[in-house]
Amino acid sequence: MRPLLSVTELKVHFPVRHGLVRAVDNVSLEVGSAETVGLVGESGCGKTTLGKAILRLVKPTAGSIRLAGTEIADMSRALLRPLRREMQMIFQDPQASLNPRQTVASIIEEPMIVHNIGTRTERREKVAWLMAKVGMRPDASGRYPHEFSGGQRQRIGIARALALNPKLIVCDEPVSALDVSVRAQVINLLEDLKREFELSYLFISHDLSVVEHVSDRIAVMYLGRIVETAEGSSLWKRPLHPYTQALISAVPVPDPTAVSRRVVLQGDLPSPLNPPTGCRFHTRCPYATELCRQSEPQLRRVDAAHQMACHYLPDERHTN
Amino acid sequence: MQGLKEFLRRFVRNWPAVGGFALLMIVLVMALAAPALYPGSPWDLVAQPFLWPGADAQFRLGSDMMGRDLGAGLFHGARVSLLIGFVATLVAVLAGIAIGALAGYYGGWVDDVLMRLTEMFQTIPPFIFAIVLVAIFQPTVATIVLAIGAVSWPAVARLVRGEVMALRNREFVQACIAIGMNDARIIFRHILPNTLAPVIVTGSLMVATAILTEAGLAFLGLGDPNVMSWGTIIGAGRDVLRTAWYVTAIPGVAILLTVLGINLVGEGLNDALNPRLRQK
Repeated sequence: MRPLLSVTELKVHFPVRHGLVRAVDNVSLEVGSAETVGLVGESGCGKTTLGKAILRLVKPTAGSIRLAGTEIADMSRALLRPLRREMQMIFQDPQASLNPRQTVASIIEEPMIVHNIGTRTERREKVAWLMAKVGMRPDASGRYPHEFSGGQRQRIGIARALALNPKLIVCDEPVSALDVSVRAQVINLLEDLKREFELSYLFISHDLSVVEHVSDRIAVMYLGRIVETAEGSSLWKRPLHPYTQALISAVPVPDPTAVSRRVVLQGDLPSPLNPPTGCRFHTRCPYATELCRQSEPQLRRVDAAHQMACHYLPDERHTN
Repeated sequence: MQGLKEFLRRFVRNWPAVGGFALLMIVLVMALAAPALYPGSPWDLVAQPFLWPGADAQFRLGSDMMGRDLGAGLFHGARVSLLIGFVATLVAVLAGIAIGALAGYYGGWVDDVLMRLTEMFQTIPPFIFAIVLVAIFQPTVATIVLAIGAVSWPAVARLVRGEVMALRNREFVQACIAIGMNDARIIFRHILPNTLAPVIVTGSLMVATAILTEAGLAFLGLGDPNVMSWGTIIGAGRDVLRTAWYVTAIPGVAILLTVLGINLVGEGLNDALNPRLRQK
């Protein structure tokens, strides 16, 4: 079956004064119909840039983005406009992603106005229906974003993203800015909506436990590259790449008797301006060898649903 | 609407702003009442020359060296000052918004070209530039308005450009792009309304500058010869400053109070529209 979204060898480079920031470098990724793909990585690894490039909010430098088979990476903005109904975005900061001068009803209605969908009455009905779907009271429609809490604002953003009946929604850290107490509510809402509307999500987060909870498949990103992809549960149980292992070992386990085998990474994320030669992770990898310093490993298939980019399988590695 | 009520509440609590508003209203009433109170032309020679204020009950504010009624000049001058002040500011604000919004939104070479143009206008001292423009074209109300507008828009353009650049990268504008809005809708419906507060404040203060510039031009004899402006009266009174200082002082005080009123209103708008700044 053809995937809904297929990204192939995508590059997003930003020229800066002293060179080129390779925010996304040769990333390939697929999102199937009604599938949730989680994308995890540290701040600055390029995951948000990848999400924005898929929606063409930043311009891809090279590579291909196919949405339901249509190549959109180099499509003009005018041609792209009708396709935007198929893909929407939920932003990290619900405060910044809503126009402070628009009422809730106007925010949710506007996508339909822009795409000439329905009459005024039909749109108003749809707004009321969407507000009910995301769990907002109908009397909120005439109020402004600042009158709501973070969780409620994120519900407004979700309703706006749903207004065009998209197939794919890129969720860029949708709960990171929210209080822990409302995170679960918003995540459950996203999952309910996914089931009801058969949505596909590209779920971007630095929080592995959130991603693990919502995703069918997870891709781990490091410094502009994907280093491992697997089914959610198998990645969790059997991480293969040393970076993934370190990430998972950093997630607290709610069990006081659990034996901690914490892999602590040394140093910071290197600059994407001058990524390390060879394997980009070798500067922080406890198992790095001469081969890692010289040659860059490609993503390779370990089993049917598990791919990773390391020269060595776990039992072939030795701590330095 | 809630925002408007809140804004009015904050503005009314600010007594200097209310005082400034009252001054401005007095000048406005003078301007509106001028044709009724002084139906004749303010240029008409109606009284004996050098009538001191209060000397003649018919001409309470006295007359100048030609026997023109200073009261008529003051009231009709209010019309000219307010009209030119507000219309010139409107021209400058509209031009500044258009240029600033384009430069800030599109960036790149559009920004480079428009900002170099803006800098070109800014390098010339504004008053000298206005004199040159009015001297080249015939001094009429329209050319004076355009000249003042031409020297005042760069400040607005810079302000709007900065605001638009900051807003352009905000997530709600990214959301607009993701929705598929065209640039015009994004700029007019989403970006510009959010730049309005600082533009209103700057614009209100620019009215004061425009009134001063107009008075300066008229003082130098570059006013529209068909209208009586406060600057014109001061320019004429300059020759008799030592013997009949009231000819200069009366319109001078009028300019002072008008400009003061506008500045107080502008400050009040600033405080009411940016409440967070005020608390600092």
